[in-house]
Amino acid sequence: MLSAIGVTSIDDLFAAVPAAVRRGPDLPAPMSEIEIRRFLGGMAKKNANARETAFFLGAGVYNHYVSAIADQMLYRAEWLTSYTPYQPEVSQGTLQSIFEFQTHVCLLTGLEVANASLYEGASALVEALLMAERLSRGKTRAVLSAGIHPEYRETVRTYFSNLGLEIVEVGLGPDGATDAKALAAAVDASTFAVAVQSPNFYGIVEDWNAGSAAAKAKGALSVAVVAEAVSLALLAPPGEGGADIACGEAQSLGVPMHNGGPLLGFLACRTEHQRQIPGRLVGQTKDAEGRRAFCLTLSTREQHIRREKATSNICTNQGLMALASNIHMSLLGKQGLREVALQSHAKAEYVKAAIAKIPGFRIPCTGPTFNEFLVEAPEDAAPLLERLAARGILGGVPLSRFDPKDTRRFLVAVTEMNERAELDRLVAALTGRAA
Amino acid sequence: MNPEDLRYADSHEWVRIDADVGTIGITDHAQKQLGEIVYLELPEVGHMYDAGDEFGTVESVKAVSELFTPISGEVVEVNKGAIGEPGIINDDPFGDGWLIKLKVSTDVEIGKLMSADAYAEYVREEEQEK
Amino acid sequence: MSLEVEEKTAAPRDPRHPEPRPLPLVFERSGEGKVGYSLPPLDVPAAVSIPERLCRKEIAGGTEISEVDVARHFTRLSQRNFSIDQGLYALGSCTMKHNPRTNEEMARLPGFAASHPLAPDALSQGSLELAWRLERILAELTGLPRVTLQPSAGAQGELAGILMVRKALEKTGKARTTVLIPDSAHGTNPASAHFAGYTVKELKSNARGTIDLDVLERAMTEDVAALMLTVPNTLGIFEDRILDIAKIVHARGGYLYCDGANFNAFVGVAKPGLMGVDVMHMNLHKTFSTPHGGGGPGSGPVAVCEALVPHLPRPTVERRADGTFFLDFDRPDSIGRLRTFLGNFGMFVRALAYIAAYGNRIGEVAQGAVLNANYIRAGLMGVYHLKYDGPSMHEVVFSDKKQAELGVSNVDIAKRLMDYGFHPPTMSFPLIVHGALMIEPTETEGKPALDAFIKAMREIARESVETPELVRSAPHTTPVKRVDEVGAARNLVLRWRP
Repeated sequence: MLSAIGVTSIDDLFAAVPAAVRRGPDLPAPMSEIEIRRFLGGMAKKNANARETAFFLGAGVYNHYVSAIADQMLYRAEWLTSYTPYQPEVSQGTLQSIFEFQTHVCLLTGLEVANASLYEGASALVEALLMAERLSRGKTRAVLSAGIHPEYRETVRTYFSNLGLEIVEVGLGPDGATDAKALAAAVDASTFAVAVQSPNFYGIVEDWNAGSAAAKAKGALSVAVVAEAVSLALLAPPGEGGADIACGEAQSLGVPMHNGGPLLGFLACRTEHQRQIPGRLVGQTKDAEGRRAFCLTLSTREQHIRREKATSNICTNQGLMALASNIHMSLLGKQGLREVALQSHAKAEYVKAAIAKIPGFRIPCTGPTFNEFLVEAPEDAAPLLERLAARGILGGVPLSRFDPKDTRRFLVAVTEMNERAELDRLVAALTGRAA
Repeated sequence: MNPEDLRYADSHEWVRIDADVGTIGITDHAQKQLGEIVYLELPEVGHMYDAGDEFGTVESVKAVSELFTPISGEVVEVNKGAIGEPGIINDDPFGDGWLIKLKVSTDVEIGKLMSADAYAEYVREEEQEK
Repeated sequence: MSLEVEEKTAAPRDPRHPEPRPLPLVFERSGEGKVGYSLPPLDVPAAVSIPERLCRKEIAGGTEISEVDVARHFTRLSQRNFSIDQGLYALGSCTMKHNPRTNEEMARLPGFAASHPLAPDALSQGSLELAWRLERILAELTGLPRVTLQPSAGAQGELAGILMVRKALEKTGKARTTVLIPDSAHGTNPASAHFAGYTVKELKSNARGTIDLDVLERAMTEDVAALMLTVPNTLGIFEDRILDIAKIVHARGGYLYCDGANFNAFVGVAKPGLMGVDVMHMNLHKTFSTPHGGGGPGSGPVAVCEALVPHLPRPTVERRADGTFFLDFDRPDSIGRLRTFLGNFGMFVRALAYIAAYGNRIGEVAQGAVLNANYIRAGLMGVYHLKYDGPSMHEVVFSDKKQAELGVSNVDIAKRLMDYGFHPPTMSFPLIVHGALMIEPTETEGKPALDAFIKAMREIARESVETPELVRSAPHTTPVKRVDEVGAARNLVLRWRP
């Protein structure tokens, strides 16, 4: 090969690289596959996981059922090792799967157009807000409910820090839902978007109509945020509640928790706004012989063509996770998705009622919850939960993780994966304070 | 090739002046470069522009181009037919594929634009650079 | 139901090509009463304690299908995809190298796949250790002191990098207004700079396709925050004046940002930190073998110089003296967060497995990549036009100039390559090469695969002269023929309707 190229050594091919910058890495010797298994396996064992504990953690990532076939299908080389479908003739599998995913998202959200995925919930919210800002032509204020996940709001602040945009946060009422009066008051003529999450960070089911009415009154767009997407199978879809854009996290629909990534961001909107949607879009068309076929479309919105005027800088998104979710949503279907939602809700209600009866514990919010709820303990929550963890129960997420001053409260998430014995174990452990 | 009665901008728009109305479109060279046009964004009637301002965009599958007006004026008509059927720009860029008509505010600018021959030479030079 | 739908939508049968027919959508396979899942019976009292006005009716249009339907559907769909496991995928700038299967096995260990980012620190030491180790290794490979793994992909890494630069400059009193980007850059560069609040000034490349030092000198003012440079550049050419470039940028107090998409060309051989690079993103899904998955997920870690460390995204992963790990949220000068949790953790696992397999021999990756690209260059020299003929590193950019004279474009060549069983190279990028064909074979291709590719490309060049119509109307043997992308854009159909 070297003679075909016309050099005597591979080193000749690096002639353009100055000697001053050449340096080999100070790394250990190569490992064999067996050694890699030991190396990484050793680290994996140091982590608690949902399969080996009574598991009640949520706050943006949920432990839901993922079918064997949804996982195993991803091992297929044609799915795993294929590239972005820029060449439609050799990517019809990926393209059709994305088209189906886009459709699933529309069916669940009640909106008309959805994209091929975004990174995860927080950046999806950012993209939704920036989309609303572009459509508003010159408005500068975004009104966000304090019920939106704190890491989502922090991400918005990071992205907005240099764009000359204003963020106004609206607090929650005693029931745990966004204060509707305060929300309406915060929206003015300079507002381009009003964003509300449901179920919100504290698990409370909100009424999409409150946010969309407040937005509409002053000519802003209404953004609906969803962090627990299984809820879409039971709760009123954002599109029917007046939302213009729905966005958030679809991880709970077929994607493993993976320690918080990769996840699956989604975004859906009305047809009239589709040209401003960020991310990839797959459209239906025909091939030269009249067969139905699919391809990426409206690419002129995207960075590789529009560059600094693009709707987003996103390129690689979450393709394989969208496939996993498509398989999952297709397999469970309308009945299965609903049943997962009903089971999650019923089990959460059962354990919520039982915890409410434990002396010293209370459920501070009065609003309805879906599958996650806030608990106030009679002592600091983080150490209490650590004692439970030592007994194999991951009983909840202490809010002190997000706000060090919020020491007594914790979030409990329940899904169809929690059998009754676990629910009873959690209640018993809290009752005995895991002493 | 390029009609003699038109004047040309280096951003590949043409303009035809009839009394005080200037009709603007993109050249045959431009439509070839873009490929089949799928979408067109044009302003509302009444908009005012200075020469060189961006007045819209034209999109093909693989590219999007801003449209710049070679002359100053107020938009008096917009080719709605082209918006509905953007392919007309590919088929007849100098005729039915016109984009907007402006009420011309000054004669001065037309002198700065290229003649058909000068434009043809300009296109040849651009191609050489590729 | 499912099989009948296929028959009905079949295109007229061509005896030479009995397959393929269009596949039904998963929604079209749906049949009332079909069930594909099973859940345990509800073991608590059934209850819906949410007011009816906040609930929905059934999911209209949702599927009812069996597991068999799902298996068939997604297996058949997959067969309509080309993939690396089938053959060479010479997509320039994408680094389509082999995806080792150990990576997949490791990522699925329950301690990783079923772990939660908000579990107590004491029960997350495995994840924190893994992230910390990967950061240290990437720091070593880049020669820069610290790394963040938070960005979800390269584009988000770019944004993180420029935001950190901005924050650092704000501390000196002036954020500055502009970022310089060569005209050969990937579109994410200007898009990311824009989202960081900067105006983009494009630098015209010189006749070699590299940075023109005079142009840079003139453009580099005290109003420029950074120069974003891809190394080697998108033509596969190394900026041999990189040290001078860094000097010019630093002399005016600016930062040198390196787009690490092409790290495969010199990973383990040279260190960007020694080139004067201040901040650099990497793509785990390119250089470090995590699978492309049809469009993601990726991961875009960013390495930074000492001056930018205080501005890293929050939280950072730290190790205590006793060897335990924790997340540090107390970072007052941090740019904040770009997403939830730590990042695409599942990709960290895969990347670490990959790097561990190479260890101190990882330089062989770059050597193999550069050798293979040059071999292809030698094989196609003279057959295709090479606009910029500086030495190639891991990729080479030809163009369709010779073939365009015969009416055959790079698109046509790409489509005809499919008939030869190859995925086309990257096209129409970089923008400074009209009709570009960007070829990056990567190091995981052996000589036979490279020879087959060269042979196919030479054949197509010959066909462009002798039978151009065959090339212009390609592809002929793929499951669908040339797809009407114009029609898709003119008549937008972005979903199925019940």
